[in-house]
Amino acid sequence: MKKKINGYLLAGLIITGIILIAILVGAFWTPYSPTAMKYGRFQPPSFSHLFGTDNFGRDIFSRVLKGAGTTFSIALSTVAIGALAGTVIGAVTGYFGGLADDILMRMNDALTAFPSFLLALLVVSLVGPGNKYSVVIALGLVFIPSFARVMRTEYASLRNQNYVTGARLMGVGSIRLLSVHLLPNTIRVLLPAVTIGFNNAVLAEASMSFLGIGVTPPDASLGYMLSEAQGMIAAGPWYAIFTGSTIVLLVFGVGLIGEGLQARNREVD
Amino acid sequence: MKKRFLAISLAAALIAMLFTGCGGQGTEPASAKPAETAAAESPAVQQTGHMASNEVAIGIAQDFDSLDPDYMTAAGTKEILFNVFEGLVKPASNGEIVPAVASEITKADDGLSYTFTLRQGVRFHNGDPVEMKDVVYSIERRWKDADPAAQLAALSVIESLEHDDSTLTIRLSEPSNEFLAAVMNCYILPAGYDSQETAPVGTGPFRFVSRAVQDHMILERFEDYWGTPAKLDKVTFKILENAEGLVLGLQSGALDLVAHLSSDQTAQLNKSDFEIAEGSMNLVQALYLNNAEKPFDDVRVRQALCYAVDKQAVIDLAFDGYGIPLGTSMFPSFSKYYDESLTDYYTLDVEKAKELLKEAGYPDGFEMTITVPSNYTPHVNTATVLVELLREIGVKATVQPVDWGTWLEEVYGNRHFQSTVTGLTSDNMTARKLLERFGSDVGNNFTNYSNPEYDEILAQALRTADDAQQTALYRQLERNLTENAANVYLQDMADLVAVRKGLEGLTFYPVYVLDLSPLSWNG
Repeated sequence: MKKKINGYLLAGLIITGIILIAILVGAFWTPYSPTAMKYGRFQPPSFSHLFGTDNFGRDIFSRVLKGAGTTFSIALSTVAIGALAGTVIGAVTGYFGGLADDILMRMNDALTAFPSFLLALLVVSLVGPGNKYSVVIALGLVFIPSFARVMRTEYASLRNQNYVTGARLMGVGSIRLLSVHLLPNTIRVLLPAVTIGFNNAVLAEASMSFLGIGVTPPDASLGYMLSEAQGMIAAGPWYAIFTGSTIVLLVFGVGLIGEGLQARNREVD
Repeated sequence: MKKRFLAISLAAALIAMLFTGCGGQGTEPASAKPAETAAAESPAVQQTGHMASNEVAIGIAQDFDSLDPDYMTAAGTKEILFNVFEGLVKPASNGEIVPAVASEITKADDGLSYTFTLRQGVRFHNGDPVEMKDVVYSIERRWKDADPAAQLAALSVIESLEHDDSTLTIRLSEPSNEFLAAVMNCYILPAGYDSQETAPVGTGPFRFVSRAVQDHMILERFEDYWGTPAKLDKVTFKILENAEGLVLGLQSGALDLVAHLSSDQTAQLNKSDFEIAEGSMNLVQALYLNNAEKPFDDVRVRQALCYAVDKQAVIDLAFDGYGIPLGTSMFPSFSKYYDESLTDYYTLDVEKAKELLKEAGYPDGFEMTITVPSNYTPHVNTATVLVELLREIGVKATVQPVDWGTWLEEVYGNRHFQSTVTGLTSDNMTARKLLERFGSDVGNNFTNYSNPEYDEILAQALRTADDAQQTALYRQLERNLTENAANVYLQDMADLVAVRKGLEGLTFYPVYVLDLSPLSWNG
């Protein structure tokens, strides 16, 4: 398989790379303390405060640096849970079919039928509201069904391929078959699903803050900041503009990578 | 290729926009309607329209919980139905209790009986004259109705009712300074009328016309009102649970008046179209501490927090400077009881705070959680500022937003919390509610404050019939709360009301009511 980098992939990698560097920098250094409230309320963008200040007089640039990191790590771990569990479920149901398929997929349907907010509330009541990981668990659960469905279809279509039948006849065990022989061939579906899932997770995180799970003030996350900013659009439009742009950039960058990967797969096919 | 790129960028932008929608928490249907109305008529036409037809549209943030006044519990409902229902007495804007359906009230010297003279010529909204049987029915309904939900605890002191056609004498088993305030909440209703919930009938200056649940309610002037008639012909209340919807409604001309706005919201309004009136919410906003929980069981720790929190900084940072700093569980509207000197009992002193923490055995500070109801942005913002202020003395606070139901159950009900920010209020005209709740064995003492001296003064204050003596005792209670730093008292939050230019007569009350009758269009 020849590795070819196309335009989407390149642009996506550059944008995401820049954001990743900013996040890394933000983890160790920000121009001001992201929670200090001493820079004057609603100062417009200037050289000392690149993105201006918010309603508490906090430096928005510093908060965006910190917040992007929080958002990124929440989205990443959420997708990791969703993809991992989804792949396992998808592999088992798609490859074996039968009763396991029926039971697991019906459970999957039940999970889909649940509004994600209710599901999140359930998780909070189980894990407790103070737990930092509750948002990841809650969102991870929400993301399992879509991954499971995608992977199931893929495994089901692959299981009757000649090389699979061949491997099976040679006595390869099921677990090895699923993970070593089949998994690499599902990557072309899994990767775009991961990038799309990542973007959804970025957006879902914001609404979760409202329920008291995930990011709590005064910590910053892009989603929480944007929902805060919408009420202040008249007093400090820069708050919404810069926070929103950062989210758009993040989602856009990862979206391009996903599109690039798909395009590359098409070319390979 | 190019198209695909465009599609991705558009999708990214769209998704980001979705967010802004998310923040509104699913109240789109409510806000959609006024936006339509707004689009249909231009602001100018709408404005002259309301003015010409002598009507007003008011935006409110929540629906009515009950139209039967004896069953309403939400402050937002009482606030509005104040215009529809009256008791024998009612509150005036200066904080006094004035005669309403009764024309005269005489209190016996021993405080054990009250005599009310029925006002002549008072009519119900359905045209029937108010008779003594209606008054007796209305009081008995709140005194000993079969349904305990309708009962008022403060009326349990009633021993008997004696009446003829024009006077009613109520005998009490013990003197009570809260009795008149309770009578105020015995709304006079037609005897035996059982459709209050759907078609309420009272004696107030406005009569109920119609209501659509979750959407609107319409009131009209009651022509046969016994007192000064209302100036407006018609008032429409539009329910917009989305705060942004209220601001948009004002901007578009669909609404003329909205109360309880934040300074960030009023900042969005055009100053040439609106007057911003500033009243106070009449509540005590504080960082309420669970006095039974470590480390707040130590008075030195609580005092340290008081020294660390600069009230004015909270008001400036989270409320744009609007708000009255408080030092105890009482607000200025209760001028008789309010002790202003307590406000500056603790002033910002980081060194002293650190010293107190050291004495209490926390030289490096400690970690604490502030649980806040996430739907009350002002409280969440206050908690956010508090975290910053407490950091100065080494206390690492974290904010824990929870939904309103969880807050009521866990914090207020089960007392499972370390600290919380909320506002406590008093819904009738007495200060009792604000102080009684800190007695050791009182059911709603959610802060677990327990002080033998306090309990003693409280018992004494509730026993005494002499008003001056009771006032002095109440002031002692306030001082006790401050000196023992029961909680970190912050402020009486400002109540900002946006009123369209030309609409005059808005009057603030020390209780949570919106009086519609003096409102009028000028010009």
